[in-house]
Amino acid sequence: MRLTRRATLLTASATLLSPLFPRLTYAQDVPRRGGVLTAHLGSEQRILNPALRASTGVYLMTSKIMEALVDLDANGNPAPVLATEWEATPDGKAVTFKLRQGVTWHDGKPFTAADVQYTAMEMWKKHLNYGTQLQRYLESVDTPDPHTAVFRYSRPMPLNLLLRALCDLGYIAPRHVFEGTNILENPANTAPIGTGPFKFVQYERGQFIIAERNQNYWRKDFPYLDRIVWRVITDKSAVAAALETGQIQLSSYNGLSLSDLDRLKEDERFEVSTRGIEANAFNNTLEFNTRRKELSDVRVRRAIAHAIDVEFFIENFLYGQGKPATGPIPSSSSAFYPGGEPPYPFDTKKAAALLDEAGYKPGADGTRFSLKLVPILNGEDVPLLATFIQQSLAEVGIKVEVVQLDVAGALTTVYRDWNFDIATGWHQYRGDPAVSTTVWYRSGSPKGAPWTNQWGWQSDRIDQLIDQAATEIDPAKRKALYAEWVTAVNEEIPVWMITERQFFAATSKQVRNHHNTPRWDSSDWHDTWITSS
Amino acid sequence: MMRVLLLALRRLATSLPTLLVLLVGLFLLLQLAPGDTVDALVAQIGGGDPTMIDELRRYYGLDASVAVQLGRYVWRLLQLDLGYSAIYGKPVSDVILERLPATLLLMGSALSFAFAAGMALGVLSARRVNKWPDTLISTLGLIFYATPSFWFGLMGIVIFAVKLGWLPAGGIEEIGAGYTGLRRILDIAWHLLLPTVTLGLIFLATYLRIMRASMLEVMNLDFVRTARAKGLSPRQVITAHVLRNALLPMITLVGLQAGTMLGGSVVVESVFALPGLGRLAYESVVQRDLNTLLGIVFVSALLVIVINFLVDLVYAHLDPRIVT
Repeated sequence: MRLTRRATLLTASATLLSPLFPRLTYAQDVPRRGGVLTAHLGSEQRILNPALRASTGVYLMTSKIMEALVDLDANGNPAPVLATEWEATPDGKAVTFKLRQGVTWHDGKPFTAADVQYTAMEMWKKHLNYGTQLQRYLESVDTPDPHTAVFRYSRPMPLNLLLRALCDLGYIAPRHVFEGTNILENPANTAPIGTGPFKFVQYERGQFIIAERNQNYWRKDFPYLDRIVWRVITDKSAVAAALETGQIQLSSYNGLSLSDLDRLKEDERFEVSTRGIEANAFNNTLEFNTRRKELSDVRVRRAIAHAIDVEFFIENFLYGQGKPATGPIPSSSSAFYPGGEPPYPFDTKKAAALLDEAGYKPGADGTRFSLKLVPILNGEDVPLLATFIQQSLAEVGIKVEVVQLDVAGALTTVYRDWNFDIATGWHQYRGDPAVSTTVWYRSGSPKGAPWTNQWGWQSDRIDQLIDQAATEIDPAKRKALYAEWVTAVNEEIPVWMITERQFFAATSKQVRNHHNTPRWDSSDWHDTWITSS
Repeated sequence: MMRVLLLALRRLATSLPTLLVLLVGLFLLLQLAPGDTVDALVAQIGGGDPTMIDELRRYYGLDASVAVQLGRYVWRLLQLDLGYSAIYGKPVSDVILERLPATLLLMGSALSFAFAAGMALGVLSARRVNKWPDTLISTLGLIFYATPSFWFGLMGIVIFAVKLGWLPAGGIEEIGAGYTGLRRILDIAWHLLLPTVTLGLIFLATYLRIMRASMLEVMNLDFVRTARAKGLSPRQVITAHVLRNALLPMITLVGLQAGTMLGGSVVVESVFALPGLGRLAYESVVQRDLNTLLGIVFVSALLVIVINFLVDLVYAHLDPRIVT
């Protein structure tokens, strides 16, 4: 077993207490083999294949069945899984992965470089969301021997970017199952076959998914659990009841309502925390349609940011679960976070002055102009924030009309029809700004691509910084480029990152060795175990 | 028997055009909702790039015009093919068949519960009209009617599952317990107790009031006076004469509410995490899964037609004067 710092500390304190509670020590320290862990699944996925769909909802179950080339270790650094070693050429155009030997698929066939080659070229490059973007310049994957895969790129690929991205976008699917079939309709998409510690057993739609221990797992004597069951529960209040009655032991990625999370924090039986989900930070956002004359003026955008009391919102609407953002790179991303303060502190006087300066004086009824706000309902807090924005902007003389649509409707309205003035939703950060963050600012995104720059806004300097950083191989230079980029986009705010938040998980204390890596809920759970009662 | 069969065929013949109009209308109505199933998918997985999105639109056949899509749909429907579900990646008929048992079970038990309890309480309050049992029953009925079902469900869970631990918090059966036979039936009944009561209570009030009113009306009719004059005991008068006649409006109501119950169970199915048609319908709307949604409408409409047909048969049995 790999010993993490956290595990060491836990063991140390347990050892100190051991003369007092000999049996307790036993129960806490010795992993028990066996038992069933039941986890919550908030929404059903169409495809259970992480090589085709990058989404936490998919990873939540499939990451136990299928494995990626690398995953994050306890300190947030890429660690070997199916790849054991990696190396990039000095020009950054070829990355060589040495693959783990003696690994077999759940159907008994050996895992080889041919699987990696097939998955990368046919799935990541053609179908996987964010993968097609990441692998755009991937030209070929060479397989000089069955345990070596060489990725060849037409432009330099920073090794750190690739490794960080591959934790999410690097799951390997079995070539022999998919080759020659219609990839999207392959039955293995809903009955996954992988190399992971658990084997898929059963999927009852609308109810549950079951996976059981893989006896031939390559990590000897792992996993501890006999089975994992995922229960589909769509109603958030029902999730809290299921946790409290012990029907489920775990709900992650804010599967509970904000108020239930707050309530269960006080409950002895559970740990409610962001520990082990650090890799998935997100922001509440405010997107400006700069095709609107008023919003094309940066002073108006800044005024709007100054008019909203973010701290008040976090304290009173989010139960304190978050903090004001300092820019599009969250503070949890130690490799890139440039530091700094929230760029637009709450100041209604300044907001009014900026609006006056831009030439939008209040009319007879106190209104300067009106805006249409489209909330993109990713989470329960989005409609709350929409109302809060509406009321805050009314204070400075901007009238806001909130347009209520469901997610599919809102996405179309904002990103395809551009039929909005301002919009609010979530931005999700995926370990490296180049994966899904810079697309919010880079110009040239085709009309209709969601969560990309559709604001009618363009800056040559920012485009240039984004492109330069995406192919810079030196990690220190890359970090500096992103710091410069953050300053620049904070200045211009085509999109305002309002809050910086992390997902919460509620875990029963029966579950041990949980949340011990930064993307634990999306990891393989090979060392997780559960106490007997 | 022959007449029943003929009647069934005639009913079906008149219902078919209605069904077709319904489906085509719904298809067009759904085109007005912004966003398609690819937008919904992209929203669910937290983003995607244009390459993938175009690829998916082609895959789901959404790159064709609305007229072409409608034509394809109707053509498939005529061949009794409900199409392919976008969310579940398999034929719509399979998806619906998987979900139908849970809904029918929940609907059937809730309807039976509401009907039986409503009848009993209605008779009781009609016999003690304007006395305290009547007032109590009517007030309770009103409270049940006015309370939203999700609240009832959640309170039921909080009290009976979380606090007391007597009943399960959700699901249709113990997962992976592998029960068979009678044990499994008991397990499912155990899980369905709270949802049934929750769904049934809403309808209970209606049945109760209808039963009470129609009892009161029938009790004043001449033949009841005759029966009483014959020297029958009050119990015999009620069971043999009044009840049978007072039941007619109740039966009508069952036919009407069968449709409502299918829709009403969305909330109950979500709160209790039951794999039924209501939740499937809701998910298909959110995910813009047109084929599945139309399939559900089709099956629900068929169900309502069948139930109303059965209601007609019961009518004829209860009151031989009604011959269709």
